[in-house]
Amino acid sequence: MNDLRKDPDYPLYRPILESDRRFYWAVGFLSVIILWALVMYIRQLIYGLEVTGLNNTVSWGFYIINFVFFIGISHAGTLISAILRLSQAEWRRPITRMAEVITAIVLIIGGLHPILDLGRPDRVLNVFLYGRLQSPLLWDVTAIGLYFTASTVYLYVPMIPDIALLRDRTNTKLKWLYTFLSWGYQGTERQKHILNRAITILMVAVIPIAVSVHTVISYIFSMTLQSGWHSTIFGPYFVTGAIFSGTATLLVVMIAFRKLFHLENYLKEIHFQYMGMLLLVFSLFWTYFTFSEFLTGVYGNEPQEMDVILYKFTGPYAPYFWTMVVCNFLIPVVVLSFKKLKTIPGILFASFAVIIGMWLERLTIIIPSLANPRLPIISAPYIPSMTEWALFAGGIAVFCLLFLIFAKIFPIISIWEIKEGREEGLDEAKERLDSYLPDIIVSEEEAT
Amino acid sequence: MAKWGMVIDLNKCTGCGSCVNSCRMENNVPNVGDKAAQAGRAMDWMQIITEYEGEYPNIRITHIPRPCFQCDNPPCTKVCPVYATFLNEDGLVGQVYNRCIGCRFCMVACPYSAKTFNYSKPDFPEAYEKTLNPDVTRRMNGVVEKCSFCHHRLAIAKDVARFEERDLREEDYQPACAESCPTNAITFGDLDNSDHSVTHLKHSNRAFRLEEELGTEPKVYYLRKEDR
Repeated sequence: MNDLRKDPDYPLYRPILESDRRFYWAVGFLSVIILWALVMYIRQLIYGLEVTGLNNTVSWGFYIINFVFFIGISHAGTLISAILRLSQAEWRRPITRMAEVITAIVLIIGGLHPILDLGRPDRVLNVFLYGRLQSPLLWDVTAIGLYFTASTVYLYVPMIPDIALLRDRTNTKLKWLYTFLSWGYQGTERQKHILNRAITILMVAVIPIAVSVHTVISYIFSMTLQSGWHSTIFGPYFVTGAIFSGTATLLVVMIAFRKLFHLENYLKEIHFQYMGMLLLVFSLFWTYFTFSEFLTGVYGNEPQEMDVILYKFTGPYAPYFWTMVVCNFLIPVVVLSFKKLKTIPGILFASFAVIIGMWLERLTIIIPSLANPRLPIISAPYIPSMTEWALFAGGIAVFCLLFLIFAKIFPIISIWEIKEGREEGLDEAKERLDSYLPDIIVSEEEAT
Repeated sequence: MAKWGMVIDLNKCTGCGSCVNSCRMENNVPNVGDKAAQAGRAMDWMQIITEYEGEYPNIRITHIPRPCFQCDNPPCTKVCPVYATFLNEDGLVGQVYNRCIGCRFCMVACPYSAKTFNYSKPDFPEAYEKTLNPDVTRRMNGVVEKCSFCHHRLAIAKDVARFEERDLREEDYQPACAESCPTNAITFGDLDNSDHSVTHLKHSNRAFRLEEELGTEPKVYYLRKEDR
């Protein structure tokens, strides 16, 4: 134990070894919210979807919005971590673990949302018994199932050396868990080799899977004939939006844990600068896609399409739409372009704006199209009920709770990768840099 | 193979609503109550859409009764993840209430808003209970339903025709809405059979179909309203 305290990476072990009263307060508070959501959901199970604000024209609401939103956030993780690993960005080391945990947790929450939305959740297994391959919903089940499997494995495999470290160096009540999960990893050359190969294969495999998941989610909308949805741009648009909101969430999580666990030494200013750059790039990408999408609609001036567009521009959804533009474009671009504003509080502010903006994007994509049916049907406005708000709050609370519990059991920053960076990364980076640079060719004459 | 379809003459329709009500009686469509109806959860299978043109007092009103169009190329069936809605052997779009998981994807996909969802447990008052049609299932909470062109009547008509060893005649199979229309605005029959009056009506120069350009091939035709 004492030698562990002398370890330079002791701050990474500390949250696991030392108990903090604030942790229990947070768990208690979050549990109350989750309990509330649970009670509301049980009520929905008893009464049916009567307790929501949905109606026959706007038959998809908060549950589907949050489904798309949460699955979007889950993109941060695995995709960013895989791309950073693949491009051998050395600054990735303290970030990848957090990113992967976001994916795994949010995917559970997001993946369960369609079940909340079902009128008959008791029949959900019909999807497997009588599945119709033609339905985009079935593509979703397949893609999310695959992504969840891939991303949890991708979270777990690079964690094995850390679990082995915890098994050998700590003596907590969870030693049995560490012993079980480390699968006899001793850090021999052969084990290291297999581990690195596995990580390489996984990170290559996980990128196309991640891209496919959000593309398929956009297909739920774009495969229908609804105006405002039936658009070929939706696949890449949703993927961009997903990575955008995911990056923002990752930044918020990084800033939160930096403060909470005093990790200033690990998550330095430079990490936020780099991640902020990524956020800025995706903000511009998002704006470009949004602009193309609406310009095409407005220029074509098709009456049905215009009904939906005007509903967003000047109609009842104008406040949400323009807030979205401010949150997703104005705030991140202004904050992240000026060095003076690009501080950690500034980035935190921009990230929160992006998360809110991306949620509003999902809202303004889904509701206005449904609220403007092709035939002039008498319809009522959609006002989300208390149950839907409760389950929304519950979803966020589950995210925070699972994250805190994870951070209590496992190191939130990869210890072995930091160590590897210190011991091997420096030399490797130098070697790599040498290989990029043009060789100095000494001509024969000079040599002689 | 018969191709069952409907022609609705908008010149004749007065918007009286008798098709809506006869449909409710025939198909055990639950009455959701005032509060739910105001929240947009009314469950009419046959719905009258009213279009207003001009300003009062020079106003022109068109009533468009809208059943399910039983499209030949239905956008709703292909999105169903469990085959709970499908194009059946009679060319009608069927609903399997016992299999439906209530995801409402078909409602979202239907460009004609023809589908409704059971947001609550259907509640029939005691007096109403005795008038329920025994040929039609009562739907449960949490499933999607829609107009079936009174498919149960086709099943009975087919049985009768087989028993009497003859072909199906036009008058054997008529849905409740067509039967109850006081102005005969709704004509029903086999769109491919030249003995049936719908075949001639659909070729009228007033005939059109709603949102035809979507390629859904609806089997319900309308005859344009003309000023007289």
